[in-house]
Amino acid sequence: MRDAVARFVHDGDTVVIEGFTHLICFAAGHEIIRQRRRDLTLARLTPDLIYDQMIGAGCARKLVFSWAGNPGVGSLHAFRRAVEGVGTRDSGFEIEEYSHFGMVARFAAGAARLPFWPLRDYTGTDLPGVNPRINSVTCPYTGEDLATVPALNPDVTIVHAQRADADGNTQIWGLLGVQREAAFASQRVIVVVEELVDERVIRSDPNRTVIPGMIVDAVVVEPWGAHPSYAQGYYDRDNDFYVAWEDVSRSPDRLARYLEEFVYGVPDRAAYLERQPQVARLKAKERMCAGVNYGY
Amino acid sequence: MMAAVAARELADGEVVFVGIGLPNLACNLARATHAPRLVLIYESGAVGAVPERLPVSIGDPALVTGSLMVCGMADVFQCMLQNGRIEVGFLGGAQVDRFGNINTTVIGPYGHPKVRLPGSGGAAEIAIHARRTLIVAKLGPRAFPERVDFVTSPGQRPAGRTRRELRMPGAGPVKVITDKAILEPDEATGEMVLAALYPGVSVSDVQAGVGWPIRRRSTLASIAPPTAQDLRLLREVLDPKRLFLKQ
Repeated sequence: MRDAVARFVHDGDTVVIEGFTHLICFAAGHEIIRQRRRDLTLARLTPDLIYDQMIGAGCARKLVFSWAGNPGVGSLHAFRRAVEGVGTRDSGFEIEEYSHFGMVARFAAGAARLPFWPLRDYTGTDLPGVNPRINSVTCPYTGEDLATVPALNPDVTIVHAQRADADGNTQIWGLLGVQREAAFASQRVIVVVEELVDERVIRSDPNRTVIPGMIVDAVVVEPWGAHPSYAQGYYDRDNDFYVAWEDVSRSPDRLARYLEEFVYGVPDRAAYLERQPQVARLKAKERMCAGVNYGY
Repeated sequence: MMAAVAARELADGEVVFVGIGLPNLACNLARATHAPRLVLIYESGAVGAVPERLPVSIGDPALVTGSLMVCGMADVFQCMLQNGRIEVGFLGGAQVDRFGNINTTVIGPYGHPKVRLPGSGGAAEIAIHARRTLIVAKLGPRAFPERVDFVTSPGQRPAGRTRRELRMPGAGPVKVITDKAILEPDEATGEMVLAALYPGVSVSDVQAGVGWPIRRRSTLASIAPPTAQDLRLLREVLDPKRLFLKQ
């Protein structure tokens, strides 16, 4: 992880760590904080706790997003302090805001290397009024006005996954989010996996491959690398941590102490896990699928 | 009460786009009672979800286990929502106004917010595309201003025009389910008017929680309280830890 971040994540980059609730790569976010990257443009549908931590650590200059909350719990307070200008405000922190469909469409355009994506959206909302990049186009076939959003082509996208082979052929099951589109849209791709498997395992079930090795620049093996997010079939979401984050992120001092203890104060993910003895309770139960015949 | 009332609005076999919190409780209550074939779709990509525990978030792993389909979010928004497959959308928000516009973005000016809220998520497009939407929110003068500070999800008269004029696919909010009453849009003006009262609630109780002079339908329906079975399911089965049930 240290080498992958050192080599592929640079100051000033547009960085995407995707994953919709599922498979959010906290291990990568923590390594970026530890290496003290600065002036990043962070993009994600749901900034979640990981971008709250990165904003609190001073890594971000700008946030591109569509829903910035702690689901089922409350607020992302480092994000709110940055936007509301209270307390430790990063000078000149910017936001660029869409809806989920808008962000999904931006990645789809980026993946297809088109300049924009049309969608039926934003009629009657105030979002285009505060984000001039939400625009419109007249359809050449029907004459209809359609909303448009610009392509998003990140410098680097980091995807957490259940398993990949050494070439980066990556398999994901459970919620898929926009990882496929984000990876294809990106200049560089880092895949972080729970398990490295033999190429034969990938070839035994090719329909489950979401990201092909040809677009992957680095594969990092990091078990529990998504904690406190989750990996279907490996471990459950640490909902207690998400609830506790409300109070931690509300106080800049407590946030700083958290980063000191669990990010700066540990050299890597293995050391982080040693400080989380309670994670064993999250280990997933078995619910195997029926399996299919790929024969002919 | 709100969850039980909202559950009654769902018919068996309908396709519902489910948000977290009370909408999720209402959908699962409906599925456990009168609508066993309700199809729950979550924006996270779970289609036909049958959660065995109350999901804390709409990305909970329990939505995946046993569902009919799990797809990427591009498919959810393009092939389900924009395609017109969603019959009911459930929305909540910090502010709901006279025309059923919802604000989940910001209190105060956008550039200098007093309170920064999470933003749209999928709400803007659900409000535009779902064939009808149900709004669930507790009454209160701050929650129901005459005009929201920011329109995240459009209601019945965006920019003073009808949805039909603007060629918006969905009918918009057809009911606002509150903790005291149900509001519905007036057919001619699109304004939310008082349509039904909960037991023991008066018109002035409702007016106290609404920031505009509220009109009322000529005959007000009364709403039956939740059944004993509804209450047992909500309190003992669906939300035993009272994560979302606060009343």
